[in-house]
Amino acid sequence: MPTFVYMTRCDGCGHCVDICPSDIMHIDKKYRRALNIEPNMCWECYSCVKACPHQAIDVRGYADFAPLGHSVRVLRDERKGTIAWRVKFRDGRVKNFLSPITTKPWGSAIPDFRNEAEPTQAERDSELLSFEPESIRLDDGGLHTLESNGLKLKEGVYY
Amino acid sequence: MGYKTITEDNIDILVVGAGLGGTGAAYEARHWGRDKKIVIAEKANIDRSGAVAQGLYAINCYMGTRWGENNPEDHVRYARMDLMGMVREDLAFDMARHVDSAVHKFEEWGLPLMKDPKRADLPEGDIGKGAYMREGRWQIMIHGESYKPIVAEAAKVNADKTFNRIMVTHLLMDDAQDNRIAGAVGFNVRTGNYHVFKSKTVICGAGGASNIFKPRSVGEGAGRVWYAPWSSGSAYALMIEAGAKMMQMENRIVLARFKDGYGPVGAYFLHLHTYTQNAYGDEYESKWFPALEKMVGKAYLDTENQHFSHKPIPTCLRNHAFISEVAAGRGPIHMVTVEAFQDPHLEEVGWENFLGMTVGQAVLWAATDIDPKYINPELTTSEPYVMGSHATGCGAWCSGPEDISGDIPEYYWGYNRMMTVDGLFGAGDAVGGTPHAFSSGSFTEGRLSAKAACKYIDDGKADGINVSQKQIDDRKEEIYKPLETYQVGSNEIVGGTVSPSYILPFPGLQRLQKLMDEYAGGVTVQYMTNDKLLNMGLAKLAILEEDLEKVGAEDIHQLLRAWELKHRHRTSECVVQHTLFREETRWPGYYYRGDKMKLDDDNWHVLTTSHRDRTTGEYKMEKQPLYHLVDEK
Repeated sequence: MPTFVYMTRCDGCGHCVDICPSDIMHIDKKYRRALNIEPNMCWECYSCVKACPHQAIDVRGYADFAPLGHSVRVLRDERKGTIAWRVKFRDGRVKNFLSPITTKPWGSAIPDFRNEAEPTQAERDSELLSFEPESIRLDDGGLHTLESNGLKLKEGVYY
Repeated sequence: MGYKTITEDNIDILVVGAGLGGTGAAYEARHWGRDKKIVIAEKANIDRSGAVAQGLYAINCYMGTRWGENNPEDHVRYARMDLMGMVREDLAFDMARHVDSAVHKFEEWGLPLMKDPKRADLPEGDIGKGAYMREGRWQIMIHGESYKPIVAEAAKVNADKTFNRIMVTHLLMDDAQDNRIAGAVGFNVRTGNYHVFKSKTVICGAGGASNIFKPRSVGEGAGRVWYAPWSSGSAYALMIEAGAKMMQMENRIVLARFKDGYGPVGAYFLHLHTYTQNAYGDEYESKWFPALEKMVGKAYLDTENQHFSHKPIPTCLRNHAFISEVAAGRGPIHMVTVEAFQDPHLEEVGWENFLGMTVGQAVLWAATDIDPKYINPELTTSEPYVMGSHATGCGAWCSGPEDISGDIPEYYWGYNRMMTVDGLFGAGDAVGGTPHAFSSGSFTEGRLSAKAACKYIDDGKADGINVSQKQIDDRKEEIYKPLETYQVGSNEIVGGTVSPSYILPFPGLQRLQKLMDEYAGGVTVQYMTNDKLLNMGLAKLAILEEDLEKVGAEDIHQLLRAWELKHRHRTSECVVQHTLFREETRWPGYYYRGDKMKLDDDNWHVLTTSHRDRTTGEYKMEKQPLYHLVDEK
């Protein structure tokens, strides 16, 4: 409905509540476990399914068009940098898929600009963004302009 | 109400909404503003928010200038052609000349970009040899399940503070200087606390609008909209109510996608080389083109010579053929997958494409025993969406960069991506006229905005910001009113959801969707509308606005839905105003003006803008000149 939570697997940790982009994973006040309070606002984005440490959350396709008896399960591993999917059809056939999710140890390669050299006034006055122009073409070429590309902007009907 | 007021003062750059546009803004702002206070206010959790929350399997905007693949102007001409001429070409060129640098950074940060073994002779990238795997001329293929969390790290590292779970309801205006931005207010959707952000500049990175037209699936399946259900048109409502001039809001988009799951078709068409046919196995598109050519003119669709010109056919025109064929009784349209899927590699790409960005489509195929290796799946055309980063360009009217737009007074007023409200900038869906920006282009627009916002502050333009306590108190009362309305009203009924004194957010949303569908060209009327219907729609929207003063919210979660509904309503009103103003059918296949069924370049080869008066609510519509990039010689 689209996501739902198995009673015996959920311990109410709230990881799903923390991550849900649609604010629909809530903790049930009586059972102290998670539930989807608004299935028609669920995108089946699987953010909660991936975040659950106990595989307590699963998806049952939208009742409008999805018959019962299927499953699409996922295991996302940030440390290994992989995501594994298992697609089980209503008739029992199974397909497995494995993909990378990152090529670097998590968060290690992102610059904090506070540790980088300050931009110069010339750079501030230019049209360049950070790490440009080198990061655009990875050579010595500059930023494309109308002049460099032999163009002008002209009013009228052109196709 | 027992909710606390939490004030964040002296902010230099406030990023409202941190999808791909907002994250680009927060990241880049630190480069140009080392000592500036940069704060993010995000409705969900920045690690999984916005349209890319679920991941992406492709980056749809990458020039490849390093390998001589495309120049920025090539992309502008492509976007112009696809949008039937209606693009801010200065902004599009600017985005395209910077976008590759964003993609190269994503790769450095750990986003797995696929490499093409056939192009291994090209210079080495950060991982592995060779050039990126192309899906099509503009698209590269990625393993992007973690695209959003990776990019979110870059924003979090460089921002001073990230506030998750804040529904921003209004922008704050300067009380001392007319038409100048001063921050934003909203509430925490978990604690209920009132949050006030006083800021010198605001970069609006909020989302476009799903769910303003009645969706094809109205039960649980309403969640499986093409654009995320949390895209509540907040970008537009916030900007419209701040008095920003909007552009091209009539240019809603209809998507031809796999039926019900709305799984993407890009990789299928471009990489897997699948194709469509009608229920009887026939090619259908070309037979609709001669009549369509008469509607739009030979310049936009040349039935005889299109093949030789190598120009792709505009997306809306292909939609038109699809819609016409179904209406003629030869539906459904199928995607022919059984040929491509015999290749195990292509089969894997076909499935991983969904698992990487639209899991719901894989769930649907599993549930209905559709293995595209043996069965050709159905396609459909979606309900309309209003947004500005995919293949359409709704959004705010923004200034271009000095070196491109400087000589055009209508396109330039000092700061790149600044709107017609001083200190208010935008990125992604918020910026109008830059279709085909997609994820990487939205991130790039965020970066451009951030640099310009820093310059605006350094030039002293944001000095002496003044926000009165009255403005803050008035907004607080307004924000929590639905809770009070519910509390009072619910006492007069035994129980249930039906009250004579309030409407709840969901029934209110259904009313909005029904009227937009029937009066403004949704699916149940085959995307058809006219001047009479649009005027009736506006009258109904005005009455709905009165009723939304009486929207009730049982708890804080419903208060979130109440404000999302108000944002969707304001967006819808602007959409109808624009649709009424443009007296032609510019994009057959997206919508039709039954009273003006032809494209009219003599009168409407222009961009449309609207300005809603903050006090009277009156709209002023204008035509703006269209400048095209042409060769100097």
